[in-house]
Amino acid sequence: MKLLIKNGTLVLPEGERKADLLIENGKIVSVADKIDEKCRTLDVSGKYVLPGLIDIHVHLREPGFEGKEDIESGSKAAVKGGFTQICCMPNTNPVCDNAVVAKYILARASEVGLCKVHPIGAITKGEKGETLSDIGKMKSVGVVALSDDGRSVMNSYIMRLAMEYANDFDLKCLCHCEDANLADGGVVNEGYNSTVAGLKGIPRAAEDIMIAREISLSESLGIPVHICHVSTWSGVEIIRSAKARGVKVTAETCPHYFTLTDDIITTYDTFTKVNPPVREQRDVDEIIRGLQDGTIDCIVTDHAPHSLKDKQVEYNSAAFGISGIETSLALGYTYLVKTGKLSISELVALMSGRPAAILGLEGGELKVGASADVTVVDFDKSYVIDGSEFVSKGKNTPFNGYKVNGVVEYTIVDGEIKYSN
Amino acid sequence: MLKSKDLLGLQYLSAEEIGEILDGAVETKKFLKGDRKSTDVLKGRTLVTLFYENSTRTRTSFELAGKYLGANEVNISVATSSVQKGETLIDTGETLDSLKIDFIAIRHPMAGAPALLAKHVRASVINGGDGMHEHPTQALLDMFTLKEHFGKIRGLKVAIMGDIKHSRVALSNLFGLRKLGAEVYMYAPGTMIPKDIEKLGAHIARSREEAIEGADAVMGLRIQLERMNGGLFPSLGEYAKYYGVNADCFKYAKPDAIILHPGPVNRGVELTPALIDGNSSYILEQVTNGLAVRMSILKLLAEYREKNL
Repeated sequence: MKLLIKNGTLVLPEGERKADLLIENGKIVSVADKIDEKCRTLDVSGKYVLPGLIDIHVHLREPGFEGKEDIESGSKAAVKGGFTQICCMPNTNPVCDNAVVAKYILARASEVGLCKVHPIGAITKGEKGETLSDIGKMKSVGVVALSDDGRSVMNSYIMRLAMEYANDFDLKCLCHCEDANLADGGVVNEGYNSTVAGLKGIPRAAEDIMIAREISLSESLGIPVHICHVSTWSGVEIIRSAKARGVKVTAETCPHYFTLTDDIITTYDTFTKVNPPVREQRDVDEIIRGLQDGTIDCIVTDHAPHSLKDKQVEYNSAAFGISGIETSLALGYTYLVKTGKLSISELVALMSGRPAAILGLEGGELKVGASADVTVVDFDKSYVIDGSEFVSKGKNTPFNGYKVNGVVEYTIVDGEIKYSN
Repeated sequence: MLKSKDLLGLQYLSAEEIGEILDGAVETKKFLKGDRKSTDVLKGRTLVTLFYENSTRTRTSFELAGKYLGANEVNISVATSSVQKGETLIDTGETLDSLKIDFIAIRHPMAGAPALLAKHVRASVINGGDGMHEHPTQALLDMFTLKEHFGKIRGLKVAIMGDIKHSRVALSNLFGLRKLGAEVYMYAPGTMIPKDIEKLGAHIARSREEAIEGADAVMGLRIQLERMNGGLFPSLGEYAKYYGVNADCFKYAKPDAIILHPGPVNRGVELTPALIDGNSSYILEQVTNGLAVRMSILKLLAEYREKNL
């Protein structure tokens, strides 16, 4: 089985290059200026050929919340968004805190057979922050990281034990940073707009304190740690200074944190409700700087699909989360590349090579011998985002009506076309 | 002429619209002073009060405002409604709409609930207080009281004392008073000052005396006991001592200054009994004015509906 991708602009580790790319038996076998081969050929002139995108922070909701999303609909959404590998968070029902649930997710993903799905196990049983999950057993079936995403492990002693124990199994803790006492049931960023809207605010400090705590633990134990969805300017500063003194900390952010401010919450549109909350212009600016200078290592979506009934309620009652996997690449291109903040290669590294490196996943580079996970995208093509057209069950996007550039034309996983526009 | 079918908050109204409501209330107050309070201005219209929180004065005030104007009036008490069976606010609204009602006065513990309801119903929604957001009819009656007493609002200094952070009364007053040109000073424990409120034009005072100095009106806010249990202040005694308004600090106000309070008052906590019952107190006048203002709002919304819907 061969597949030839002709006339595209390849985003290679060494930079962009107009070249052809040949795939055989699921591997990239040749990259050259001109390849002629009698086989299925995709002429992608004018389009970019990227290493398959990798999202290390998504919610697939299965098992337990299939009304919001399931592994099949989430995988379809992922390949439509250009993703060939995704890592799903454990806050399902039952929680993925044991090998049985992790195996179930892997089996379902394999039946669906679209993108590669890697489960993330819970740090603590039931994500309760009290006792460690079956970390070793989960690792043995294929869990790629640990997280109690949706909350912090509030007890610092338990968190220390988790980092030490997880490190024995070469698993990294992906830390949702939120001091629950300080957040105190807040629903939006604390600031001018929370005051005007009368909605309870979450101060930046609720996030920053936990970022600083995870860094302190990492630094004192000498164990790497990863910070989830950074939303504050001050959090970026804390991570930047830690990196400067050699702490093994990595960090991610999401498209909504480099595009949106809390000006959008005053209409009470519950599609804007997300945790951590979208903040202010200063935060957006610093997150972009963090992406530019390497303080923030990768872009994830925190794809958090919800059914409409979870969102068509009062703002306080609505579920937190944005369905983001179908719009991430276009938002990244439109707000970071088109604006001159990053090059295409830099954006692609943030969405493919670097997330792979953080979790030690294979992939993330277009090179001969690598698995043929490839995303073909037309950055010239623009469209207007309309959540009702998402293939994800979660139609909850705050970006309805936004005009963006970047349409995924093909998503190829192990040499097979899993999505074509 | 109002510019929207709903009255959701003073942040959404122009100074002209506020002025129109206050002017209308001059007429309705005259009518209230008559001995037979009935008219058929709203005959054939129906007002529903939909209260998700306890209330005596606001709810009664809306009900009587509707009745005095000749409207049919129904009140839905949440404890006995299908909300207890898990009905969503949108479903409740659509059901009420199907019952062909014209006005819904809603009180809800969550900010933005009236806006959500308004989006899904043809009826005019009047916000009777939503969470920490707005309580526009209360602020309008406060402003009416000021205007009636002083003949103007522009240039007045109003001191709002107490739990600003959780007070929809304070926020609505701040929006309304600033739009009409008054100065607003606020004083509260640091735990009860919302972030960036000064960007809305409030002066945050460092002492009771600074807030009250030269004020034309001093407004006390009700302190909720649950705030003490939540640790926002140590005890009612300490609150009264350092943050309550008493005769000693009230003498910093202008000699003809008035005392306002949205009620119900915690006697001896936010205001001393002597001030509540004294000559400067307009707290009971505020209740009458609330009726006048709500009647004015219903009339103006009815006019809007006749012309636009």
